[in-house]
Amino acid sequence: MNIVVCVKQVPDTATERKLRADDKTLDRDAADGVLNELDEYAVEEALRLKEAHGGEVTVLTMGPDKAAETIRKALAMGADKAVHLIDDALHGSDTLSTSYALAQALGTTGFDLVILGSESTDARTGVLAAMLAERLGVPQLTLARKVEVNGSSITVERVTDYGYDQVEGTLPAVVSVVEKINTPRYPSFKGIMAAKKKPVTKLTLADAGIDAGQVGLGAAWSEVAEFAAAPPRAAGTIVKDEGDGGVKAAEFLASKKFV
Amino acid sequence: MTEILVLVEHVDGEVKKVTLELLTLARSLGEPSAVWAGPGYTPEAKARLAEYGAEKIYVAGAEEITDYVVAPKAELLAQLVAAASPAAVLVAATPEGKEIAGRLAIKTDSGVITDAVGLGEGFVADQSIFGGGVNVKSRVTKGTPIVAVRPNSTPPQPSAGAGAEEQVTVALSDAARGAKVVNRVKQEKGARPELTEAAIVVSGGRGVGSAENFSLIEKLADSLGAAVGASRAATDAQWYPHQFQVGQTGKTVSPQLYIAVGISGAIQHRAGMQTAKTIMAINKDPEAPIFELADFGIVGDLFQVVPQLTEEIEKRK
Repeated sequence: MNIVVCVKQVPDTATERKLRADDKTLDRDAADGVLNELDEYAVEEALRLKEAHGGEVTVLTMGPDKAAETIRKALAMGADKAVHLIDDALHGSDTLSTSYALAQALGTTGFDLVILGSESTDARTGVLAAMLAERLGVPQLTLARKVEVNGSSITVERVTDYGYDQVEGTLPAVVSVVEKINTPRYPSFKGIMAAKKKPVTKLTLADAGIDAGQVGLGAAWSEVAEFAAAPPRAAGTIVKDEGDGGVKAAEFLASKKFV
Repeated sequence: MTEILVLVEHVDGEVKKVTLELLTLARSLGEPSAVWAGPGYTPEAKARLAEYGAEKIYVAGAEEITDYVVAPKAELLAQLVAAASPAAVLVAATPEGKEIAGRLAIKTDSGVITDAVGLGEGFVADQSIFGGGVNVKSRVTKGTPIVAVRPNSTPPQPSAGAGAEEQVTVALSDAARGAKVVNRVKQEKGARPELTEAAIVVSGGRGVGSAENFSLIEKLADSLGAAVGASRAATDAQWYPHQFQVGQTGKTVSPQLYIAVGISGAIQHRAGMQTAKTIMAINKDPEAPIFELADFGIVGDLFQVVPQLTEEIEKRK
């Protein structure tokens, strides 16, 4: 099985994240870049499926030079090889552009299964997997908390408001996984050493057949008009419990008409 | 007036509160048309949609629209966008709503904005990003604005609309039939409101200490008619099921009132609740960052404060 895992380098959520003042895009230099946490589950799921069914796991990412660190992390976890879509013209791409560019890159890798994390911790749009399925014209088996492949058929448990849906499709397909579908492995020392020798193919727009007019900030279908640091919330009333804390809390709720 | 499509969220034939919010919001920007996808449409549902301002109701009641994952709803909306040229399409910013929005954006060559917490003139959307640290105003610049709006962004207000019904049939493409729903498993959630929709959420964290102690959180929630949430520390410890996790990698809630009990307020958690209108915190550590967000905070032992609060609320009913 040819499994491609799409991963994204995101700013560490533990640090302060910013938008750039000049073009209102994510400031990737302001914080350390890490593998998007939800993508770790995607990489792990890909590795488990490979271990069960054979095949190969390719990591696909789109991003600047720095994203190579994230590729290495996924390779150290055990992926076989990587494709790094890298081109200055991709800077500022929105979800429509990104899904287009990744779909083009997937055209160069081929795939039986594309796996993504359900969202990135920076943009948090949660739309990319659905968009990829739309662009590729393959089944969308997203928000999976369980994935099972049997020959060319695939079944997932899709998380819903009320529980989950059991969903069936056939390969090739796009899957996104939710947190806790598995426990992502830590890269071993051996894995980290081996990752350095694994092949990483760099793709430019031309290599992937991407139309430059469809990507980048200038082509985006939406724009950030303005942004500002959220004003601090007005200081609240903090009281120490003197045995009547619950009563005081109830009084506060009553004053706000919640009770 | 300009037509604005609102995709109806419904379960067991009942219109969900978020749809009433979206209709209210759409009324401030144009004329709302409700779009009903799948079976379950009833005269009661029609009355409810009209009560909240739907001038038109497009009804696509075919079973197959909900037999497959997401794609049929996007095809239905794309067909309506082509036929009616609406000024915008609003969906609820639920995980599925956002997926529908994403596919629709590609089909209609339109921009999409997700997780709007407000929407104003020119369909300029307010978003709160990076765990609530940055406020953004954004807008779609190409095609028909498609905006996924978070539950609880607008208080729902009735204002009668004509509710003119129009039956719609969709010829689904083969590609839309790729992922078939073969079974829907409903997990017991009791009488509590849904976490992402609830007007009040009571969440417990590390300080709660055990699965058994979550009954304290549940009792407080029930006294307020609230949903129960949990911090990642609590779900990681398996004190409460993972689907109730509020935070960066869990659910995002934006209720009228959020009560954080025994939660320190790490960024992981704040990212999921910072847009709550009113925040109350109960924590024994006066230095807990959650107090920086709290409109009202009690520094104290939750095992004393919470039962007293619950009792006091019951008394006042």
